[in-house]
Amino acid sequence: MRYHRRSVIAAGLSGLAMSMAHPGMAWASAATDKKFIFILQRGAADGLATVAPTGDRDFLSARGNFAEEALTGRKLDDLFTLHPAMVETAGLFEQKQASFVHALASGYRERSHFDAQNVMESGAMQPYGRDDGWMNRLLSLLPADSAKALAVAPSVPLILRGPAPASSYEKSRGNGPDEDLMQRVAMLYAEDPALSSLWQDAVETDAMAAVQQGKMRGGAAVGSMAAGLMNGPAGARVLMLETNGWDTHSRQKGRLGNQLKQADALIAALRDGLGEDWNNTLVLVATEFGRTVAFNGTGGTDHGTGSAAMLFGGALKNGGTVKADWPGLAAASLFENRDLRPTMRFEDIVTDALSDHYAIDPVQMKRTLFPNFV
Amino acid sequence: MTIAAAIAMNRFGLGHRPAHRAPDGPRAWLLDQLMRYDPSPAAIADQPSRHAIADAFQSYRMDARQFRKLRKNKTGTDDQIAMLEAQRKESRKGLRNVHMEAVDARLAIAVNSDTDFAERLVHFWSNHFAISVEKPPVVALSGNYEFEAIRPHIMGKFSDLLFAAVQHPAMLLFLDQAQSVGPASPMAQRISRRRGKKFGLNENLAREVLELHTLGVRTGYDQSDVTELARALTGWTIAGLTGGPAQRRLIADAKTGDTVFVNAVHEPGQRRIMGKSYGADGAEQAKAILFDLAVHPATARHIATKLARHFVSDIPPDNLVKKLEENFLKTGGDLPALYRTLVEAPEAWPDQWNGAQAKFKSPWEWLVSSLRALNVNELPRNMKTAQLLRRLGQPVWKPGSPAGYADEAATWAGSAALMRRVEMAERIAQRSADRVDARILAPQILPGLLANNTFEAVARAESPSQGLSLLLVSPEFLRR
Repeated sequence: MRYHRRSVIAAGLSGLAMSMAHPGMAWASAATDKKFIFILQRGAADGLATVAPTGDRDFLSARGNFAEEALTGRKLDDLFTLHPAMVETAGLFEQKQASFVHALASGYRERSHFDAQNVMESGAMQPYGRDDGWMNRLLSLLPADSAKALAVAPSVPLILRGPAPASSYEKSRGNGPDEDLMQRVAMLYAEDPALSSLWQDAVETDAMAAVQQGKMRGGAAVGSMAAGLMNGPAGARVLMLETNGWDTHSRQKGRLGNQLKQADALIAALRDGLGEDWNNTLVLVATEFGRTVAFNGTGGTDHGTGSAAMLFGGALKNGGTVKADWPGLAAASLFENRDLRPTMRFEDIVTDALSDHYAIDPVQMKRTLFPNFV
Repeated sequence: MTIAAAIAMNRFGLGHRPAHRAPDGPRAWLLDQLMRYDPSPAAIADQPSRHAIADAFQSYRMDARQFRKLRKNKTGTDDQIAMLEAQRKESRKGLRNVHMEAVDARLAIAVNSDTDFAERLVHFWSNHFAISVEKPPVVALSGNYEFEAIRPHIMGKFSDLLFAAVQHPAMLLFLDQAQSVGPASPMAQRISRRRGKKFGLNENLAREVLELHTLGVRTGYDQSDVTELARALTGWTIAGLTGGPAQRRLIADAKTGDTVFVNAVHEPGQRRIMGKSYGADGAEQAKAILFDLAVHPATARHIATKLARHFVSDIPPDNLVKKLEENFLKTGGDLPALYRTLVEAPEAWPDQWNGAQAKFKSPWEWLVSSLRALNVNELPRNMKTAQLLRRLGQPVWKPGSPAGYADEAATWAGSAALMRRVEMAERIAQRSADRVDARILAPQILPGLLANNTFEAVARAESPSQGLSLLLVSPEFLRR
C-alpha cells in the first residue's frame, strides 16, 4: 500500500487523542496493533556529530574545523543542529515524527565496545551480568499477538535472547533447499530441542520472506526489507536491527556522513514500507557509548561516554523536540576531561518511550525491563 | 565405545579425513602433530610477499590519483581518461584477488592437512589477534598477515607472537597505528610551528592490545595506561603505505611495505604503565612494555580462558583454566608447553557425548570439516571460498571488529545461519554423492557418538546425495 501523508497525519491525530483520553489507564491487552523497532548502532556513533550542540559556545573550539559542517544542517532548537546528511529525518522532525535525546548513556562507564553493548542489550548493571535481554523481557508484558519478535541478524542477539520466543532472519539470495530435504531435516532434529526450535523458526521465516525484494541498496534496502517482515497479521511486531561502521577512529567526516545518510534512508524506508502502520510504530535508535569531544590525530574520534538517541514514529509523543539536560562542553564539564558527560540514563529513556507507546505503567515497565535498577 | 577418537579428530582437529590415519592413541596423535607442523606449506609459497602487495597497492593509488587529476583538470583526452579508468579498475581487482587467493590457500591447507590440530591453532591465534578487511591495503595484506605474522610463531613464545602480530603492516593499518603521531615529537612540533597543522595520537591499537591481545578487559588498566601505551607505540609505522609526516623521515633502504620505526614522530619521554616506568628508549620502549604485558598474570588468565573455551566448552571448567594459567606463568608463555598441558588435561576428555555442552562449530569449522569428510581437496570451481563463507556468516579475516569472532554457540546457532548450512550441504553433497556412501562415512567421522536417529535418517534418505546432506547437518556433525 502506498503511503499518503494526509491520511497518516489524520490517523496520527486520532491515535494521539485516544491515548490522551485514557492517560496511563489502557493496559497492554489493548495494544494489539503496536509495533516497536530498536536499531542498535554498533561501534559507538558520534552523537556530537549526529545532533551537534552548535549553540554551545565551546563546541566550535572543541571541534575546530570539524564543527563547520555541523552548522549547515537543520537547526532543531537554540542549542542543537541535525547533521546535514539527515534530510529525511529533518522532514520527520518538522512533522513532529522525530525527536532526539542527548547526553545519555547506560550505566557502563568504561570504553570497551563489547562490554558496553553487552550492558546495553542485557540491561544489567555491569557486563555479563545477565544472559537475557530487555527486549525479550518486554515481550512478557505484551499480549501474545503483539509479542512476535524478530532480529534481522544471522542469530538472535543478546538483546532479544531470553525465555520468550524470538527468531532471527537474514536475507537469503538462493532458492533455498529442496522441500523434501527441509522436512527430513526437521525429523533429524526431532530429538534435539535446541536445533529443532531453530529449524522451525528458519522454515517459518523463510516462508514469510517471500516478500518481494526491490532493487534498493544500503539503508533503504534494509529498511524496506524490515518493513516487509512486519507487514500483515503474521508479521513481526517487535523488531531488532543492527547497523555497523560507526567506529570512526579516522577520517570521520566522510565516513560518518555516509553512515548517517544510510541511517536516514533506512528510517525513510521504514516509514514508507509500513504505510498506515507507521502511526502505530515506535522506532528507537541508540548506540553503546559516545565518542571523544576532541578529534584525535587522524581526523577521527576515540571511544567516549555520553551520546545521542533518536526516536521516530507517526504518533510520537513529544515529537519535534530535543530532550537534554545539557552538561556543556567546557573543559571542566567533561567526563574524565575528554567525553560528553551523560546526564540521562538510557534505561530511563527506553522505559519512558515504551510505557507511552504501549500505555503500560512506567513502574511496571522498568521493573520488568531493568529489574536490576529498581 | 569410547569417544576419545572423535574428540581428538573433531574438537582438537578439523574433522576426520577418511584418507588419513585415524587416531589410535588420541593424545599421542595430537602431540605428534605439534612436532610435524609446517609453518609454510606449499600452498603459501605461491602467495605474493608483503613488498609485492605493497607495491601493487602503491601503483593502484597512483593510478587512482592520476585518474582523478586528469578528470578534474580535463587535461586528458577521453581515450586517455577511459584507459586510466580501466587500469585503475584492473589494479583494484588485482588487490581484491590477492585476498581471494589467500582465502583459497587457507582453505586448501586446512582441508588437506594431516596436522590439523596445529592448523586449528593457527585459526585460533589469527582470530585472537584479529584484523578485519575493510580498508583496501588491509584487504590485500590479510593473507600475508596470517602467513607471516601468525603461522611462524604459534610454536614459540606468546611474546614473539604478540610482537609479530602487532608489528605487521595489516595490524598497524587496521587499528590506525600507522598514522599515530606523538604530539610532542620533533616532527609534530615543527609542522605545527610552521604550518599550524596538528598531528596527534590515535589510541586504537593501544587500547586493543590491552583489552583484547594481552590483559583482557576489566583487569585493572585504566585510560592513562591506554594513552601511555599509545604514546610508546608512536613511531611504529609502515614505509610507503600511509600518508602522514613520518613518511619523510624513513631510513633510506626502507622498502615499501616494511614496518619501520621513525624516531622523529615518536613521543619523547618516559612512560608509566600498570605502575611500572619505562625509559625513553625509542623503538625499544614499546617492545619492553609489550614484553611485560605478554607475561602478565592477567594475560595468562585471559589466554588460558580463551584456549579452554575454544577446545573444551563455552563455559570452560575452572580447573582447566587454572592449570593452563599456571603453566603459562611457569614457562613465561611457552605455547607448545601450553598446548601439551591442554591435551593432557582430563577435563578435555569427557567420557560421554553431551550435545548441549559440546562446541557448536563455526561456519568455517563446519565447512572445513565437511570438505574433509568428503575427501575432496578443494571447492568446486564455480564456488569461491570467500563468497561462500560470507554467505555462511563468517567471512574469512572479516569479523568486523578487533575482538575477532566470538567463540560460543549463541553466535553461530541461529535459525538463518542454520538454513544457510542446509543449503550449502545440499550443494556440496551433490558433487560427492557418486563416490562417497554416507552410511559408511557416518561411523567413520563420528566414532562413538553417531545417534540411531541420525543413522536412520541418513540410511533412509531418498538419494545418496540427500543422505550426505543430512549427515553434514546432523546434530552430531554440527557440533564438535
